[in-house]
Amino acid sequence: MRLIKTIGGWLDDRLQVGATLRETAEHPVPRETASWFYVFGSAALVVFMLQIVTGILLALIYVPSAGEAWNSLQTLNHSVALGWFIRALHGWGSEFMVAIVLIHMVQVILFGAYKYPRELTWMVGVLLLLVTLGMAFTGQVLRFDQDAYWGLGIGASIASRVPVLGPQIVNLMLGGPIIAGATLSRFFALHVFAIPGLLIAFVAVHLLMVVKLGINEWPMPGRVVRKATYLKEYHELTKKDGIPFVPLAVWKDLFFGGFILLAIAACAFYFGPFGPSGRPDPTIIQTAPRPDFFFLWLYAVLSLLPPSMETPALLVGPVVALLALFLLPFIFGEGEKSWRRRPIAVLSILLVAVSLGTFTHLSGYTPWSPVMDAWSSTPIPPQYLRNRSALERQGALVFQVKQCHNCHALDNQGGKRGPALDNVAVLLTRDQLIRQVIQGGGNMPAYGKNLSPAETTALVAFLETLRPAGQPAAQDASRAVALAPDRGAPSTQP
Amino acid sequence: MTVPDGLKRRDFLMKLGLLFNGIVAAILTVPIVRYIMSPVAHARAGRYDSWLSLGKLEQFPAGQTRLAVYRNPVASPWDGDTADIPCWVRNVNGQQFQVFAINCAHLGCPVRWFPQSSLFMCPCHGGVYYQDGSRASGPPERGLFQYHHRLESGELFIKAGEVPTPGSASNLTSITSELPRCV
Repeated sequence: MRLIKTIGGWLDDRLQVGATLRETAEHPVPRETASWFYVFGSAALVVFMLQIVTGILLALIYVPSAGEAWNSLQTLNHSVALGWFIRALHGWGSEFMVAIVLIHMVQVILFGAYKYPRELTWMVGVLLLLVTLGMAFTGQVLRFDQDAYWGLGIGASIASRVPVLGPQIVNLMLGGPIIAGATLSRFFALHVFAIPGLLIAFVAVHLLMVVKLGINEWPMPGRVVRKATYLKEYHELTKKDGIPFVPLAVWKDLFFGGFILLAIAACAFYFGPFGPSGRPDPTIIQTAPRPDFFFLWLYAVLSLLPPSMETPALLVGPVVALLALFLLPFIFGEGEKSWRRRPIAVLSILLVAVSLGTFTHLSGYTPWSPVMDAWSSTPIPPQYLRNRSALERQGALVFQVKQCHNCHALDNQGGKRGPALDNVAVLLTRDQLIRQVIQGGGNMPAYGKNLSPAETTALVAFLETLRPAGQPAAQDASRAVALAPDRGAPSTQP
Repeated sequence: MTVPDGLKRRDFLMKLGLLFNGIVAAILTVPIVRYIMSPVAHARAGRYDSWLSLGKLEQFPAGQTRLAVYRNPVASPWDGDTADIPCWVRNVNGQQFQVFAINCAHLGCPVRWFPQSSLFMCPCHGGVYYQDGSRASGPPERGLFQYHHRLESGELFIKAGEVPTPGSASNLTSITSELPRCV
């Protein structure tokens, strides 16, 4: 113990940082901020440290070459002792990091922590969110599998829509004409050198400001932020009711950070590493690429936007969102901090959360995509074939063979791209069915060229049987009138 | 900060030093920017696209659509499988051909051909195309990307080399629908 003290004293005589560090550690914070709500920022930092350590460990084995990356991931998973666990830690660490950064951001908004004088802290925080998402995306590319390969294609397609400069941006992003070796090398450089460098610099500035400006006090309804008086009030509060950050507030951060690391380790142990999925071989086209969890909502949005809206939304949407985040502390820099008095802030967060949640949920069963193998793997439910004529059964065969089942569900089986057809005969008459099949429309391809008249007849005969028991088939009212025997007969009534 | 009179020269030298470093930085910027922009410069010079053989015509029976693969003309030894690019070849009637990019015109996912219904379907966001490559339904704003092609001494050649994207498809022919569309 005495030896440690001697060495410490010797070092500090030369480094001269001990007093500054002690002062920083023991700076007074408002008593209520020693709360479990204030632990997310430090937890994000802890996870970032885990990512640095596990990232360096992975780099000992990983080969950033398009031809070898996938093989080196297999080696990590199967040949290197506990390589799978380090990969799993890094993968789960990234999921936790994005989640914690988002929770931290929500807490900051709800507690009004971005208001004066912490505007710049917030703006650097927004930059930290961006670089964190940048790490998540580039990391997904380094797991160089089918999802990464086609995900890069999606990124290139989005980038190419930038007016005038689009094609050049694509070449710059891919490092050449196609997704290949140069692409992986530059994403490796981004993920391992460029973005972590930015991340470390932003974290340093962010932390410096948290220490210099003081942690945001617990928001009390009625305690209003005014630029003229805030600093004085804050200093009085910390003087009157402050506690030293170390040790009276920091213990919660320590426990929560440790708990998060344990949770990551538990997930890594139970669920294992992410992928890699199939080889990044573009000639294997039997694949349905999907992004990682935190980009699933974007995948859903890209499917649901109307075609004409897509390019404007892709190019303008992010700019507007970023601008809104950056301007937030300038527009709402003063006033109430308590979420009890800020219903619009609460509702905005709920709206964003519900939207992102809904899109993420939708991406779980992708109702917009045809089920590519439904026609060959999902049979027609037997109750739809029982007591049917030969023609109707032939129609059911056409339904399968022509891939109708890929987009249309029967008894909840099959694609959800188009409407389910369990009651189509209640909704459409025979003539309408024929027209819809032949001409398409309403986002359905026209099958006129791909069905012989006999096939169309059989298919429509089958479709006409699709109605729940007890419900009448659709009828053309005007046809009934036109064919009625007394049509045009003079009125016999006086 | 005010500088004492006797030290004006040193102050001037510091400013001169800053200027000198600024000039050196500017000089170094030129090669760095050119290094970074080299993929763009190559594209500008048209060095990516070239005529490639997809093989003998007999591989592509009349009236059918088949998958073909070519090795990208611009490739590095460490590209692995990624330089093998697939495309769809449609032999319309024995004389006419169409060669479609594998990439969906929406966001580049690989489209699959279904000969039974004569449709191309995309697994990502639900884009669907007719056999002639024209848009049938879903989010794409246009038909499939189509390579320029020519027939020479019994082989099918296409002009390719760059991944087609919605913004950079000007070098590829566009497709108009065979079918009269009812709106």
